[in-house]
Amino acid sequence: MTAIGDNDRRLEKYRRMQRIRQFETKAETIHAAGEIPGALHTYAGMEASGVGACMALRDDDYMVGTHRSHGHPIAKGSTLRPLMAELLGKATGVCKGKGGSMHLSDFSMGSLGETSIVGSGGPVAAGAALGAKLQGLDRVALCFFGDGASSEGAIHEGMNLAAVWKLPAIFVCENNRFGMSTPTSSAVAGANVADRAHGYGIPGVIVDGQDVDAVEDAVREAVDRARAGKGPTLIETKTYRYSDHAVNMGRDLTPRGPEHEEWVGRDPIALYRARLVSDGVAEADLAAIENAIADEVADALSFARESAYPTFEEAFDHVFVERLPIPADVAAHANLGA
Amino acid sequence: MARITFLEAIYQAQAEELERDPAVFMMGEDIRCNVFGTTTGFVERFGEERIRDTPISENGFIGAAGGAAMVGMRPIVDATLSSFLYPAMDQICSIIAKSRYIYGGQARLPLVIRSCMFYGNSNAAQHSDRPYPMFMNMPGLKIIAPSDAADMKGLLKAAIRDDDPVMCFEDGTCWMNKAEVPDDPDFVVPIGKGDIKREGTDITVIAIAGGVNVALKAAKQLQGEGISVEVIDPRTLVPLDRELILKSVRKTGRAICVDPANRTCSAASEIAATIVEEAFDALRSPVVRITTPDTHLPFSPHIEKPLYPSVERIVDAARRLVGAVQYQSA
Ligand SMILES: Cc1ncc(C[n+]2csc(CCOP(=O)(O)OP(=O)(O)O)c2C)c(N)n1
Repeated sequence: MTAIGDNDRRLEKYRRMQRIRQFETKAETIHAAGEIPGALHTYAGMEASGVGACMALRDDDYMVGTHRSHGHPIAKGSTLRPLMAELLGKATGVCKGKGGSMHLSDFSMGSLGETSIVGSGGPVAAGAALGAKLQGLDRVALCFFGDGASSEGAIHEGMNLAAVWKLPAIFVCENNRFGMSTPTSSAVAGANVADRAHGYGIPGVIVDGQDVDAVEDAVREAVDRARAGKGPTLIETKTYRYSDHAVNMGRDLTPRGPEHEEWVGRDPIALYRARLVSDGVAEADLAAIENAIADEVADALSFARESAYPTFEEAFDHVFVERLPIPADVAAHANLGA
Repeated sequence: MARITFLEAIYQAQAEELERDPAVFMMGEDIRCNVFGTTTGFVERFGEERIRDTPISENGFIGAAGGAAMVGMRPIVDATLSSFLYPAMDQICSIIAKSRYIYGGQARLPLVIRSCMFYGNSNAAQHSDRPYPMFMNMPGLKIIAPSDAADMKGLLKAAIRDDDPVMCFEDGTCWMNKAEVPDDPDFVVPIGKGDIKREGTDITVIAIAGGVNVALKAAKQLQGEGISVEVIDPRTLVPLDRELILKSVRKTGRAICVDPANRTCSAASEIAATIVEEAFDALRSPVVRITTPDTHLPFSPHIEKPLYPSVERIVDAARRLVGAVQYQSA
């Protein structure tokens, strides 16, 4: 694990939030231009939730994420080149061009998948926590999921399993107020997702998802508890997603009320920047970070653009440990097309 | 070598692999109390950490097996009856089958999902399924469906040692069948290799799981009528030993596929299509499927039993195929 001093740690949080925002701003632009295939679900507005949570983890801790997958790996410390290459479907992508925008999952950073079947990460996180326990390792497994996902059975089965077996798991519900177009209030019974923790006899914690320090503190407490063998915690980060369910769809799905401006006024990155400045961090230092990240993003994009696409044979890789045989007729026509 | 039952073979395979590899552990509903006798004494021998009773939560614990496998464990999940796999379709299909692929080979999921096909004993539609064809349609899952105790032991051991997810379908009609089984702890039957259970020259019968025993009885009867039947047991459905099947059909020129699953998109359908595609020139008669019709299984034994592949249906089909040839050549 990289040692980060107290001051550096704060700059690192700022750096990671900026990295997510700038990475996605670029991705959105090139997606609009047709350079990224498929759908693009952005994380803008939610950066403090992912970064705060991941900064409370060690590099060797596990993390399971969601279809809104750009923020989590960057928050956990992944580098941008393989992530951008994945968005473009290149062989150098973190998933070798097999996952794309919904599945940016970097196993080298402890990720065990950014799964796009809503709620399906819950049992995986419980299982990873069980694995760590059986291996006598003090690793924890953190599961991100949305308010929409909180109604899926898989999440509840995962939480129940983790609770009865006192597994070192942390369930972080990123409540961004909508599931696709449906407001949380009309899909989730009860005032808070975190209240459901009582049903499992585990702590349920609500935290301001726009405050990266507050999220980090809440998750750190849960991590300590998990490492001490006391079992899981459910944390709900109250946050907000700026964009529609997916961007560049040509149609607005998510109805926005007057609270939209209010939430945008509490942008997690702007809030944190102001806090750092009032704590005495020089504006020039922050500007330098922003510029350095702009360079990182540009570099990642050039890398992605220059990378090759996967070969057709790779479509048959990784179904199993050994490559599948390629049907002759399919191969013949694929080669014609290439 | 000792003569043991199919159930005893499951017990031995698990015990030996739990003994051999500390990464192997077991999870399932009520496995400590050992409902079917496949985990006798395991808690005492391997401890409660490695032999875990789970909540009734198939999607939860089967998915958790996926998570545990991703971090280096080798779980064996006992899902009791195959019908209970349906609540776990999400984790089996979306996570276990696809994670290796979707993350570009970063994930490895060495786990075994065991379940019994508990049909033919008046348990009605929700407890009588043979659902392996559904999973054959999902890439990323290896599937074994053995028919005798030796294959059961050897294949289950191979499955536990395999680095891919393996679904193990245990045919309840085979439970009490006995066979000579090697006690060598390294005896394994390779996944993906079929077996010729009986040699013959006139007709190839490719039979799945419990269908093999029915086919062997039919072959014996047909022998008395002067029809020589070769019985092939693929043992593994994914990957399927196509070569063994095609070689036999090229020799006999006739094929019957016996499959206890429902007819549409059954294993038999896949095998029949493969034969027609690859060995059409060798065929002297149509390829026939003997399956369970596309209906649910009723409770009443009177109407349940006749739905499954039977000796009579196989014998009839064999006579027809041979007769058809005589008719053509006349
Ligand atoms: C099992 C399943 N059902 C439906 C969908 C379609 N879908 C994708 S994202 C989404 C909304 C999820 O809402 P939430 O969990 O709150 O996450 P958010 O998108 O707001 O970040 C839906 C319904 C899906 N991917 N998986």
